[in-house]
Amino acid sequence: MPNQEQIQPPVIALRGITKVFNSVMANDHIDLDIYNTEIHALLGENGAGKSTLMKILFGFYRADGGEILLNGKPIIIHSPRDAREVRIGMVFQDLNLIPAFTVAENIALFLPGLKAVLDRQEIDQRINEVSQRYNLHVKPQALVSQLSIGEQQKVEILKLLLSEARLLILDEPTRVLAPHEIEALFGILDNLRKDGYAIVLITHKMKEVLNCADRITVLRGGRVAGSLLRVEASEHRLVKLMFEKELSGLKINPKSGSESSAPVLELQDVETHAEGAGISLHGIDLGIHPGEVVGVAGVSGNGQRELCDVVLGMETCVKGRKFLHGKDLTNQSIQTMRKNGVSFIPENPLTMASVPFMTVLENMALTQTWRYALHGGFSMDWKTVKADVDETVKKLRFTVNLYTIAKSLSGGNLQRMIILREMSHNPRLIIASYLTRGLDVQSTLAARQELIQARESGAGVLLISEDLEELFTLSDRLLVLYGGKIVGEFKPSETDIYEVGHLMTGSEVQHAAES
Amino acid sequence: MLQSPELYSRSTFSSRLINVLARYSFMIALAFLLFGFILLLSGNDPIQSYKDIFSSAFGSVYGFSEVLLAMIPMLITALAVALPSRVGLINVGGEGQLYIGAAFATWGALTFQNLPAWILLLLMMLLGMLGGALWAFVPGYLKAIGLVNETITTLLMNSVAPKIVGFLIFGYWHSAMDTVKTANFVSAARLPTFFGTRVHLGMVLALVLLALFWFVMKYTRWGLEMRAIGGNPQAARRNGIPLKKYLITVMCIGGAIAGLAGMSQVSGFYGVLLLNFSIGLGFMGFLICWLAGGEPIGILLMSFVVAIITTGGNMLQLTRDLPYATINILLAFTLFVVLARPTLSKGKKA
Repeated sequence: MPNQEQIQPPVIALRGITKVFNSVMANDHIDLDIYNTEIHALLGENGAGKSTLMKILFGFYRADGGEILLNGKPIIIHSPRDAREVRIGMVFQDLNLIPAFTVAENIALFLPGLKAVLDRQEIDQRINEVSQRYNLHVKPQALVSQLSIGEQQKVEILKLLLSEARLLILDEPTRVLAPHEIEALFGILDNLRKDGYAIVLITHKMKEVLNCADRITVLRGGRVAGSLLRVEASEHRLVKLMFEKELSGLKINPKSGSESSAPVLELQDVETHAEGAGISLHGIDLGIHPGEVVGVAGVSGNGQRELCDVVLGMETCVKGRKFLHGKDLTNQSIQTMRKNGVSFIPENPLTMASVPFMTVLENMALTQTWRYALHGGFSMDWKTVKADVDETVKKLRFTVNLYTIAKSLSGGNLQRMIILREMSHNPRLIIASYLTRGLDVQSTLAARQELIQARESGAGVLLISEDLEELFTLSDRLLVLYGGKIVGEFKPSETDIYEVGHLMTGSEVQHAAES
Repeated sequence: MLQSPELYSRSTFSSRLINVLARYSFMIALAFLLFGFILLLSGNDPIQSYKDIFSSAFGSVYGFSEVLLAMIPMLITALAVALPSRVGLINVGGEGQLYIGAAFATWGALTFQNLPAWILLLLMMLLGMLGGALWAFVPGYLKAIGLVNETITTLLMNSVAPKIVGFLIFGYWHSAMDTVKTANFVSAARLPTFFGTRVHLGMVLALVLLALFWFVMKYTRWGLEMRAIGGNPQAARRNGIPLKKYLITVMCIGGAIAGLAGMSQVSGFYGVLLLNFSIGLGFMGFLICWLAGGEPIGILLMSFVVAIITTGGNMLQLTRDLPYATINILLAFTLFVVLARPTLSKGKKA
């Protein structure tokens, strides 16, 4: 089938699209062709540039370079309004409906040429027509706040269809769906494809891509790693395109700690209860020994944040126990954990670790306020704060200006600030989530080296990442987290990125059963 | 060189201060201009009316002392809003906390009449603070465990507190002659006044509290932790700052401050607990805190301005035969203009 479409020219062609955020190349000269009657999957890790690229096409961001061609003619899309005019529609990752409105009202808001006085019957009728044709059953009069996430997604798709979009962009539509809902969604997409719609599906789940896509483009680090037709693609090839990178130089001495010593951290059958769209952890058993780096691989949103939070004490265990240095600290306060030498480098330094309107120096003192308080708390010892930072700066060899407001720092500098803070005071257990996200090559090396240094001085490290190369280089042991469960445990020497990649993306692979 | 991490901004401090003052003067002038139209419409000469207001405030020692007197509860109740706002709590309950504080202090004044003045006054202050703190503990606790928003609970509890005070007065405390108030406090239970005016020790208390607030926020460990919570509660929690403890404690301290305002009103201003003695003092504090952006200097300035307006309102009522309610229009204009935040020069944002 797809070979037939080859003859047609692409309906939309992106040429040399480039976008820079804070000196990070989110999109680096990307070319992409989108055809009618085709599902085009954009595959890649988080941060590979998939969403950015599609948001540029939808006019949500403006590209710094490159052009967009519609049927071969260059067009300018500077706002979602422009995009709608050329019949492009997008469903965002976090759905964009008004909860207090009914389905019909939400859809009506989006209709082109809406009359001044709403003809509710006509709108309901149009909704019913389209929803019947594509199996998108929702009651037009239902309140959106009472719909499940899956139904809300149907409303989003209906909204696009009724607004006469011909190119539908879906940003990780399956992230929040249950398996049977995913199947239903693919059925719907299949019908739409038959009716000539062009569909772009952003995802990082291999299985889905292979199930429904006609054409697959893999992005990696803001570039196109490869573009294949479904017939040419295999799991193996896609994993290779998604994850494979050349290894960078790093001094790692053989492991110093031994497994026989008592673990720094031990989780026994830990379970959490998630609220809303979060993920619950189930039956997590985990031990980290002194001088050991335990890597956790997984596509983000599979329980990594919850795992970090449970160790830190932010999230409560509803079942199971947590031991630190052999002491039972289940559900103890974060302050207790911090005082016991736990430090935490979170996935998002701006929202999860820093106070934006404080100076860098003030931010540096926040995790250790008891240590820096003078006269029982009536003043703060800023000299010592600075001395401590300076000492860590010497070790890490990167620096930040201490007297600027944290908010004004770029993402990379903010990450540096947090790494500096969390690496001082010789932590005994380091939880590092996406340690090197946003860092340049040199800082990445320095941060990794420092982690190794901490390991050699007997600290335990829990390293969470999507970057398999980083995990394979740094970890002494490697876990794979999928859907809130640990689905694999390896020594890095005994496995390869393919096996781990398959487990991360939830695809079946024969030798996964062996582990 | 390392006294405080905020040193980097010291060089521009005076210019910033001038900027802020200019902006506020402009806004207040604008409010007075708008109110001038209202006065014109009601058939009064605005210029003459404003002259009355200002000559009443600045024309005599007595007039000026009345302005200072009116400032006292405003300063304290504004602080009762400003402190919780630093950890992101919105305390609309100053009014209720003030009533309960006044009731607690009154109990002390009526029960321990024979104590020497300084012990009795200290006891009444502590009681007033205890009362306000207890009244604020309920919303603070409910907020900390994530049950109810503190804005709603504090607001609702405002209508309960005066009823409790009424119950106490009617039921137990009313004087032999009058059922709507207690017997007059003994002189040991009265806050001392200064220089033959009605301005009482509450003024000193208010200024000390204001200075303390500024010092705590700027220099202490607790100030740092509170600013962290106000700036990013999630990050503060992950950094090991005990969020719940702070929410409850700070709310209670805010309540205690409002309770102290109640004590200062019954002990310093009235010398007796009257039924419904406060018509919106707590809300006035809320208004002033917002006008001042929660800054100590701003609270001082805005209290002064609002005190001039309200005492001047009394004067207009006497001399111009204007209903007192019109002064609320001027206050509303002030609030409106400040919230709209017009700037003199474009491109300079607060």
